Order: sequence, then C-alpha cells, then structure tokens
Amino acid sequence: MTEQHTITASEYIQHHLTNLQFNVKTMTFGEGGGFWTLNVDTFLISIALGLTVILLFRSVAKSMTSGVPGKLQNFIEVIFEFVDQQVKDTFHGRSILIAPLALTIFTWVFLMNLMDLIPVDVLPSTAGAVGIHHLRVVPTTDLTATFGMSITVFLLILFYSFKVKGLKGVFLEFFTKPFGIWFFPVNFIMRVVEELARPISLALRLFGNMFAGELIFVLIALLPWYMQWPLALPWALFHILIITLQAFIFMVLTIVYLSLACEDH
Amino acid sequence: MDINITLFGQMIAFAMFIFVTMRYIWPPILKALDERQQRIAEGLQAAERSENELKLSQKHIADQLREAKHQAAEIIDHANQRAVRIVEEGKDTAQKEGQRLLEMAQNDIEQERLSARDALIRELSEITIQGVEKILQKNVDHATHSRLVDQLIAEIPGA
Repeated sequence: MTEQHTITASEYIQHHLTNLQFNVKTMTFGEGGGFWTLNVDTFLISIALGLTVILLFRSVAKSMTSGVPGKLQNFIEVIFEFVDQQVKDTFHGRSILIAPLALTIFTWVFLMNLMDLIPVDVLPSTAGAVGIHHLRVVPTTDLTATFGMSITVFLLILFYSFKVKGLKGVFLEFFTKPFGIWFFPVNFIMRVVEELARPISLALRLFGNMFAGELIFVLIALLPWYMQWPLALPWALFHILIITLQAFIFMVLTIVYLSLACEDH
Repeated sequence: MDINITLFGQMIAFAMFIFVTMRYIWPPILKALDERQQRIAEGLQAAERSENELKLSQKHIADQLREAKHQAAEIIDHANQRAVRIVEEGKDTAQKEGQRLLEMAQNDIEQERLSARDALIRELSEITIQGVEKILQKNVDHATHSRLVDQLIAEIPGA
C-alpha cells in the first residue's frame, strides 16, 4: 500500500469492502440505488468463475472416454467421484438433480473462495489503474452471493418436499411433528424456524468465514512489508483449508437438507 | 452490504449453472465412469475365468504327462522283455544251428570216412587180386571177383 499512503487504515479497509455498484434504475455507477443496485464485481466475477467451471467440465465431458483417462480427465473424475460419493453416502433416493447440484456448489463455491488467495491489492489496483475505483474480488464475501445460493437451495428443498410428500404430507409434518397433533402451534412454529434457519445458516456461515478471512488478509496488508510475509503465508496456508472446507460444508449440508426433504423423518 | 438486486442475479446464475451441469456435464461423465466400471468388472471376470482355465489346463497337462510317462515306462518294459526274448531265441537258434552244422559235419566226415574205407578196400582187393593173379598166373573172373569184394565189404564190421 505504498502508493496509497495518503489514506488512513480504516479508509483502506473500507475501500476493500466496498462493492462496485451499478444503479439499475438510473443506469449509472455509484451507490444509492437501494434495492435496485447491482454489485457488478460480485456478479461478474462469480459468473466468470462459474463459466470457467462449466466450460472446463464440459470440455472434459465431451471428450470423456471410458478407456484410459488423460490427466485432466483424471482430475475431473477425482472431483466427480468425490462429490458422487458424498451424495451416495447421504442421499438414498433417486434424483437426477441432487448430484449435479452438489457438484456445481462445490466447484463454484471453491473457486469463489479461491479468489481470497489472490493478494488483496492485485486486482483492485489493476482495476484502479483502468478507472474502476471499487472492486471486491471475493464473491463469497458478499452476502448477496451466499444468500443467492442458499435461497435457491431453500426453494429446491421446498420443491422436493412438496413433490415427494405432497401438499397433505408436508402440512401433516409441519403440524404434527415432533410433539403430536395437540401441540400443533408449537410444532408449526418450530418447523418454520427450523426451515428458515437452514438457508440463513448456510449463507451466513460461508459469508462469515470468507469475510473474516478477507478482513485478516486486508489487515495483514496494512502492516509494514517485512511483517507481511511471516503473517500472510501461514494465514494463506490455513485459508486453503478453510476455503475447501467451506465449499465442502455448503455442499454436504445441501445434500443433507435435500435428502431430509425427500424422506420422512 | 445490504441485500439488493444482485441476489436475484446470483440466484438466476446459480440456477443456470445447476441446469447446465445437470443437463450437459453430469450425464456424460457418469456414463463414461459407469462404462469403465463395467469394463473393469468384465476384465476382472475374464481374468478370473482365464485363471481357472489355466489351472484346468495345467492339471490336464500334468495328467497327460503322467500318462505319457506311464506309457513310456510300459513301452520300455515291453521292449526290454522282447529284447530278452529275442536274445534268448537267438541263443536257442544259434545253438540249434550249431548243433545241426556239427551233426552235418560229423555225417560228412563219417561219409567220407566210409567212402575212403570202401575205396581203400577196393584198391586193396584190386591189388590183392592182381597179386593173386600173378601168383596163380591165371585170370580171375571179374564179375565173380567184384561180387566177392562187395560181400567182403558188407561183412566188414563198423561200416
């Protein structure tokens, strides 16, 4: 941050945590759009990463051979079988959606988290040089991205609940479990809280971990250059574990919630 | 930090990614992996089968080998017996042949001896007759004389 020595530490942190925003109503960049604000950096980076995953997997899937696999195919197969095994271990029904969903979540979240390991100033400074003043590199430090996924998962849970158990089954479950029919208000309130807690905990867990990690990288970047090395390296190594773990947790919990939605408990 | 339109953008993007993965990525990879699994299973099965076959044929070969050895031993036995027999027969034949030759030779010798004796007697009697003629100064009838000689020969013991 040698070239930014004129701004204070809190300004530096603030700067790193501000999205590049676009007002969809007025079609101008800048804050103040309220609900009609698009976080351009989160949106574009996450889509670029998602497309990277999709294109990589699609290119392998097209040239997939059941004979001796190449190195890239082998790598993709390892990820594939890892996800497939997780799904098979948890989910015992038959569904063509859940395994691809888990694969998408795992790879996409992993890549979005991986952006955290790029040194905090590289991309924002580069963007600054071409006239973009704010850039938040890690999409998963943005609540809209994590909630975007968790709410989609929530909708899928609802869809599968109704599809498998039917309207009557879902209502029966909401009102009669776990305390029986006579405590139906208690049952209902508990179930609603339980259901709503799922997407919220999914989104906040991922967001919290990545936000905290990013914040610590920013704080380390505030230190003198000779202090950055000994701190940034262990934290980055530790963070490799966290980003993988968070992607894994998001995937496994999604599988668990969907399998709960598909069977009586 | 507030929730805004980005949320819906993210949801739509996520849904699209899921759809693409479900439609275009998951099935071909799964198919290829299943195929490979099947091929490996078949390969293992084939390997097991050929292992069994190998064992069977090894057993077969061992059996045949044992049989062949047995037969060879039998053949050698036979050959030995036959050789012994042939040698015995040969010996017998040779002995008999020798005996026969010996007898033939003895016969011949006997014959020779007899004819030599006859000739000797004849010559002797000839000489004797000539001597007698000289002494008697008179011809003796040759026919009578020959008869006399033959009688004489017949009378000689050991003829």
